[in-house]
Amino acid sequence: MSSNPSRRNFIRRTAALTGGALAAAGSARAAPLPIPQANQEPGRVIDETAYGMPSKFEAHVKRRRTDVFKNRQNLSDWSMTPLQHQPGIITPNGLIFERHHAGTPDIDPKTHRLVIHGMVKQPLEFAMDDLTRYPSVSRFYFHECSGNGLTDWLKPASTTVQQTHGLLSGVLWTGVPASTLMEEAGIDPKGKWVLFEGADASAHARSIPMEKVLDDTIIAYAMNGEALRPENGYPVRVVIPGWEGNVSVKWLRRIKVGDQPWHLRSETARYTDPMPDGKWRQFSMVMECKSVITAPSGGQKLKGPGFYEITGLAWSGAGKVRAVDVSVDGGRNWREARLEEPVMDKCLTRFKAAWNWDGQPAVLMSRAVDSTGYVQPSVQDITKKRAIVGFVQHHNAIQPWAVNANGEVRNVIGQA
Amino acid sequence: MGSTGPHAIQPLPDKPRFGKPVSEADLAAWNIDIRTSDGQGLPAGRGSVSQGRQVYAAKCAACHGADAKGGPVFGTMVGGIGSFKGAPRVLTPGSMYPYAPILFDYIRRSMPMDRPQTMTNDEVYAVSAYLLNLNGLVPADAVMDAQSMPKVQMPNRDGFLLDDRPDTQAVRCMTNCK
Repeated sequence: MSSNPSRRNFIRRTAALTGGALAAAGSARAAPLPIPQANQEPGRVIDETAYGMPSKFEAHVKRRRTDVFKNRQNLSDWSMTPLQHQPGIITPNGLIFERHHAGTPDIDPKTHRLVIHGMVKQPLEFAMDDLTRYPSVSRFYFHECSGNGLTDWLKPASTTVQQTHGLLSGVLWTGVPASTLMEEAGIDPKGKWVLFEGADASAHARSIPMEKVLDDTIIAYAMNGEALRPENGYPVRVVIPGWEGNVSVKWLRRIKVGDQPWHLRSETARYTDPMPDGKWRQFSMVMECKSVITAPSGGQKLKGPGFYEITGLAWSGAGKVRAVDVSVDGGRNWREARLEEPVMDKCLTRFKAAWNWDGQPAVLMSRAVDSTGYVQPSVQDITKKRAIVGFVQHHNAIQPWAVNANGEVRNVIGQA
Repeated sequence: MGSTGPHAIQPLPDKPRFGKPVSEADLAAWNIDIRTSDGQGLPAGRGSVSQGRQVYAAKCAACHGADAKGGPVFGTMVGGIGSFKGAPRVLTPGSMYPYAPILFDYIRRSMPMDRPQTMTNDEVYAVSAYLLNLNGLVPADAVMDAQSMPKVQMPNRDGFLLDDRPDTQAVRCMTNCK
């Protein structure tokens, strides 16, 4: 980016801010303002009871299924968070992405039971009103599906950041530390793995190392200040921070302690990574450091040259985001973006960088670095190590967005 | 604040314990997981390839298609063995599962999709035997049960490696990077 257009824009903005006589080029002078109708008539009354909903003018902000291909059924399916419309780092409950293996059950919390058994001193059963009596914790974490980016590796298939990266949400989870319940049951010292199983029609299950369960795993019954939503595991789920979403089993009914992993379909034939020698990488559950620019992003259109704030999200399942770099020339030159507080462990972090677009074609990218020193790779970096064939999981590569001279922004993954 | 009034600081109680003791026997209907590497947890019961063909026709074929070659809802469950060195990799129970008891575990917990956890153990063993036979992994007269199923040699048994990431070595270049 040459410095001259930046300087021109700076002078232009300074003139506008000081109320100078120079009208900004291309901006028509504002017309006199009438009194808005909303100032001159009462609004809606307060209902006796209500659950508030977004403005009718925000009806376009919705979860959506993939538009890249059509599933032949919608029970084992997914819908994506509209990240391009999300400011900050928290996703509203109605917009948190979904991934189910056999649909959303409606479970009555009065009859739901959670059990812990297997290699424990005393198998235990918990009702929901037992679980909510324990000392609780509330923690902010990112939540990401292992398949986020599934359709966009070597060439672009998705249009918007919702479609490329929307299997991602930011949530404040509330529940009981798993360690509290495990210790009450009494873990056999030989118990090294823990099976979590759902009460849904897939009885989805995964094996998790005991070390992670006792470290920061939560048996969660609330999200973002209210009970879990049905599609997110109501009335209770496990939350395994920083790891691929499907290990955080929803509609949790059973916890079993064992001395080795179970090697279920969900951890052999699914959620494994193809390697160049024909093998599969298994138990790759940490979601590695990643970032994406949410604005300007695919499908948006810039209103002409001038100031834009490049902003996006960064996260790491291995710790905190330490830095995010932004490039506007397709990865040739980078500068460090500003991280907005709070920056939390295994949580979405918002980054921002000022940009004066000179009206020329540009390619925007972001690259995150986490507290372990790990640098977010390019697709080419990943391709050197893994086989990119079929539905590849754990895609954490740099996402390029191309801006053309008309200001149209499009996905150019694999091309920049 | 006095030491005996309503706001007196109470001594910390013991750790709260709200779990209700339950017996493994009472959990039998929930205890459906199979440790697939050795078949621990496989229940009593048995099923043959020919019985499995009938169960499959009644309960599976509508979605998975005739001979498990793919139907209106799901793709093939047959073949793909040896396909992992190129593209496309064809993922089926035969090509992908390292241990045969995964079939029992998954079918019992999740299938058929419209009525999971309703098949008898004999039916699950039978459908498993049928799918293994279609993949050429057991003979047409095979019978699957808790003893025979863990012994089936699956072609992808040694096809997995444990997570060894980070595997990429990206560098934080700032200027003139490419």
